[in-house]
Amino acid sequence: MDRNKDIKGFLEFVYEFYKTMKAHEITLVYEGEITHQITKAFTSLTESNMAKDDEAGSVQRKVFHVMVECLQNISKHAEDFTSDDYLFSGRGIFLVSKGEDEYSVTTGNAIENDRIEELTEMLEQINKMDKDELKQLYKRQMKEGRLSEKGGAGLGFIDIKRKTGKELEYHFLPISDDTSFFLLTSTISREEL
Amino acid sequence: METIKIQGTEDTPKIILDSENEVMEISGRSLPEDVSAFYEPVLNWLNEYAENPNKKTIFNFKLTYFNTASSKLLLDILMKLEEMHENGNDILIRWHYPEDDEDMEEAGEEYADIVDVPFEQVGYSA
Repeated sequence: MDRNKDIKGFLEFVYEFYKTMKAHEITLVYEGEITHQITKAFTSLTESNMAKDDEAGSVQRKVFHVMVECLQNISKHAEDFTSDDYLFSGRGIFLVSKGEDEYSVTTGNAIENDRIEELTEMLEQINKMDKDELKQLYKRQMKEGRLSEKGGAGLGFIDIKRKTGKELEYHFLPISDDTSFFLLTSTISREEL
Repeated sequence: METIKIQGTEDTPKIILDSENEVMEISGRSLPEDVSAFYEPVLNWLNEYAENPNKKTIFNFKLTYFNTASSKLLLDILMKLEEMHENGNDILIRWHYPEDDEDMEEAGEEYADIVDVPFEQVGYSA
């Protein structure tokens, strides 16, 4: 009896979850480890959906760029952590939503609090910059920035802002005294530029 | 000298480095899992080639997509070619981009700004 009730409750939750996804126009959601295989699978899935919808080539390319950089940000920085908590093993949440006028790509992953300042500074700096300043910064970083061990060049955020022309929205929510959940959303206009 | 031929995949570019037939080309998509490891043979090949290059070297880039991690490695390749140019070799970079892809065209312009080597932009219709 109780078991049936549990299952029913769970299935009702699934339906609520489905309705919430629909309401937010979420077309893809994933929680778990973000690997290169996952990156390939999600980008190719989204690509074929966009092609099916006859999305403009320039929009498709921008969405592809943003997805790759967002996913690789999580997978590549996974090993920067000293914690062996499962939250830090390159896991995170990944969402793609498609609205009337724009796509949005959102990631969320746990970070250690001592990175908040550095991330905030970097994102604020990038958000303030205009097209030309971003171009100069990208060139400088490419020349001077060392590749981290797994190949992250610190160029991802700059590239997203350059490709989308939109500010990167972000938010930190506390998990514990030492850790926070870092959320980042990028939007890509569906209007062909 | 050894020829390198690597088939392209959905996340790695096709690469041909053939000194004898004077074909040097990187084309397709570049978002390898480990960029440094992927491009290491290319840089090694160029180092060896630089010791005894052909009279004229035309290096073709015909990429449809590359991620930011790859952009740094592409610059390393271009800087190697720049070094050869500085040493008096006849070098030409041909940067092919799909005509409707402004970002890829601009990426070529940016590289041309950074490296001091003859650089030709070639638009093609996809």
